[in-house]
Amino acid sequence: MFVAPAFAQEQAPDTNSEPLTQTPAITDGTTSHTEAEHTGVFPPFETTFFPSQILWLAIIFGLFYLFLNKVVLPRLGHILEVRRDRIAQDLDTAARMKEEADAAVAAYEQELADARAKANVIGQEARDRAKAEAEASRRATEAGLDTRLAEAESRIASIKNAAMADVGVIAEETAIAIVEALGGRADGAAIASAVAAERS
Amino acid sequence: MEEQGVAVANDPIHQFQISRLVPIEVGGLDFSFTNSSLFMALTVATAGAFLFMSTTSRGLIPGRLQSVSEMSYEFIAGMLRDSAGSGGMKFFPMVFSLFMFVLVANLLGMFPYFFTVTSHIIVTFVLALFVILTVMIYGFAKHGLGFFGIFVPSGVPAALAPVVAPIEVISFLSRPISLSVRLFANMLAGHITLKVFAGFVTSLGALGAWGIGGAILPLLMTVALTGLEFLVAFLQAYVFAILTCMYLNDAVHGAH
Repeated sequence: MFVAPAFAQEQAPDTNSEPLTQTPAITDGTTSHTEAEHTGVFPPFETTFFPSQILWLAIIFGLFYLFLNKVVLPRLGHILEVRRDRIAQDLDTAARMKEEADAAVAAYEQELADARAKANVIGQEARDRAKAEAEASRRATEAGLDTRLAEAESRIASIKNAAMADVGVIAEETAIAIVEALGGRADGAAIASAVAAERS
Repeated sequence: MEEQGVAVANDPIHQFQISRLVPIEVGGLDFSFTNSSLFMALTVATAGAFLFMSTTSRGLIPGRLQSVSEMSYEFIAGMLRDSAGSGGMKFFPMVFSLFMFVLVANLLGMFPYFFTVTSHIIVTFVLALFVILTVMIYGFAKHGLGFFGIFVPSGVPAALAPVVAPIEVISFLSRPISLSVRLFANMLAGHITLKVFAGFVTSLGALGAWGIGGAILPLLMTVALTGLEFLVAFLQAYVFAILTCMYLNDAVHGAH
């Protein structure tokens, strides 16, 4: 609209004489050319082509919309849905497997704990038994030693008694010998009673 | 002839010219199949073919291309679910088509000599109008007159409602304009800037050794801008899609 006068000016020399436009085209080629070839309105505001653009945009964009809506988007949606399902399914499987693995681990731990407890029990029993056996053998040994000690003591006592009995006889004989050596007369009965009195 | 060629090469506006490929006229209106229509068709064909071919194998484990399709699907689905909730998912095909259309149109526009469909205000405006009409029709169908409740935000004191409501109405009515102008202006400005800097390279390059030396700067600028334009191409498609999602949220949930 605001270019319209310029367009009018340019249109005239352009149609009339070729050489005349050639000269300004060198210095001011830009403006002279555009406005010479076209109506001179800035192309995006040129209303002449509005109906054409609206119509073809409606047709072409409409077809595009239909094509996307009917073919492409359902297909893309389907692809994504299948993948989402598949991933969800795989995740479920993974979760289930993890649960199974956890259960297996728990069972293993349980087994291990049981085995350990059992081993403890067995060990304890073995230890107790060994202790009891040791105790018993110690007792047996002690008992044997005690009897032998008692035997030895009784033998010592009998030997001592025998020796003590001999001591009396020896003392009597010695006393008689001493008395006779002194030139006396040994009274056997008196000496025996003296020795017995001395010993008691 | 040669000057004309140079002029075309340097004219940053020339890339937006529409030319009739198959002239059609009905009732005094021009319905010609133009280069714009051709690139709309190319956009749709590219996007459709990519989405279709990349998913034909329906792989459980996606290949690279299938991953791209799936990512765009989940990207838009997530965006819509976050903004409009699961109730908004019925608009998923619409948001996805809009996003793909705008994205592929923007990206195709990055090819040299290709026409950028979204650099024309009427195209972006029709797309924006499609969104707003969907919001309004669905909103009134679902909430009846209660849909007007979106103009009175919850938590606003009754005394302030007469002040706030007109602001909300204006904001609502400006949505199709802001939505369409944002996309259109970004694409237009980006392509003009790119063309201007690229034009400097050729103009300076024609000036001999010093010119070629001087042309390095605009050349680097052009390379950088090309990268930026790819970002903008994606970003604007994203912005268009997310705003669509937010507007649909009004339609789905009514008064907020």
